[in-house]
Amino acid sequence: MKFFFFSFINYKVLNDAARPWQIGFQDPATPIMEGIVNLHHDIIFFLIIIIIFVSWILFRTLFLFNSKTNPVAYNFSHGTFIELLWTLTPSLVLIGIAVPSFALLYSIDEIIDPAITIKAVGRQWYWSYEYSDYVNEENEFLAFHSYILPEEDLELGQFRLLEVDNRIIIPVNTHIRIIVTGADVIHSWAVPSLGVKCDAIPGRLNQISFFIKREGIYYGQCSEICGVNHGFMPIVIEAVSFDDYIRWVQNKILD
Amino acid sequence: MSDVVKLETAPRDPRFPSTNQTMTCWVRYLEWKRCQSKDGEDSDECKKLRRWAYAMCPIDWVERWEEQQQDGTFPGPKFE
Ligand SMILES: [Cu+2]
Repeated sequence: MKFFFFSFINYKVLNDAARPWQIGFQDPATPIMEGIVNLHHDIIFFLIIIIIFVSWILFRTLFLFNSKTNPVAYNFSHGTFIELLWTLTPSLVLIGIAVPSFALLYSIDEIIDPAITIKAVGRQWYWSYEYSDYVNEENEFLAFHSYILPEEDLELGQFRLLEVDNRIIIPVNTHIRIIVTGADVIHSWAVPSLGVKCDAIPGRLNQISFFIKREGIYYGQCSEICGVNHGFMPIVIEAVSFDDYIRWVQNKILD
Repeated sequence: MSDVVKLETAPRDPRFPSTNQTMTCWVRYLEWKRCQSKDGEDSDECKKLRRWAYAMCPIDWVERWEEQQQDGTFPGPKFE
């Protein structure tokens, strides 16, 4: 293999799993997660400006207007203009945040007619998946359990506590509906790179949908404390090309 | 071969626009049962409704309701 100087510029490794001491987001793979990341960055930008401005006023007040520099106290207690200013400005800022925030919120709730429905059932302590759009010769549905891979079975490069034996295979550029429910206690089905987190509640069916834009392997974890093995029921989604997905379904229903 | 795998699932139901889809599953199941008693098991319409019911409901739920139908303990409406 040839190695060109500067060829590292061509490499862009996307981050689809949690890493040690991470404080930022994982890289988005759906338009919704892109929206969440952008909204966060936009708000943090203005938040930092406000923090600097408020700290500046606070420190000026403390250092310039103390009892030493101003032995005689002022005797006024009102200032209509400044009170209007410091009431209206924050409310305008809040409205400015609310507009993009609601736009994003409602776009998350938007359900476009999906091509595939997958059911995710949280159990103590693993996830079961049902692809009941597909049946085999014996009229059995395509369904499987997804257990964590124990540490001693991991191969080099696999993630500890994140890898499972049966991954969910999903095609890219397709609208997916996930029906989430629990079979025993409340769990929560969450995948950060896809921007989804949905409680799995026994007796209730919750619907989420997403549209994966790139192939990759996305990791998530149960996000509602559900018992001793709560930390050991990860979620792995493998987003593949459409043809590979069809091939996978065919193989799965043949055996 | 590729006709085995068809990319088709229950459509979005404007009667149930929220995240909570519990009633979608229940109504889709009853619609399938009503169709069965009206047109018989093997009509294309009923087969479609069966697929949609199974798309929206956990397999465990449908199996439990089917057992209850057999035992006569099904809590929902009966279509004769
Ligand atoms: Cu759990």
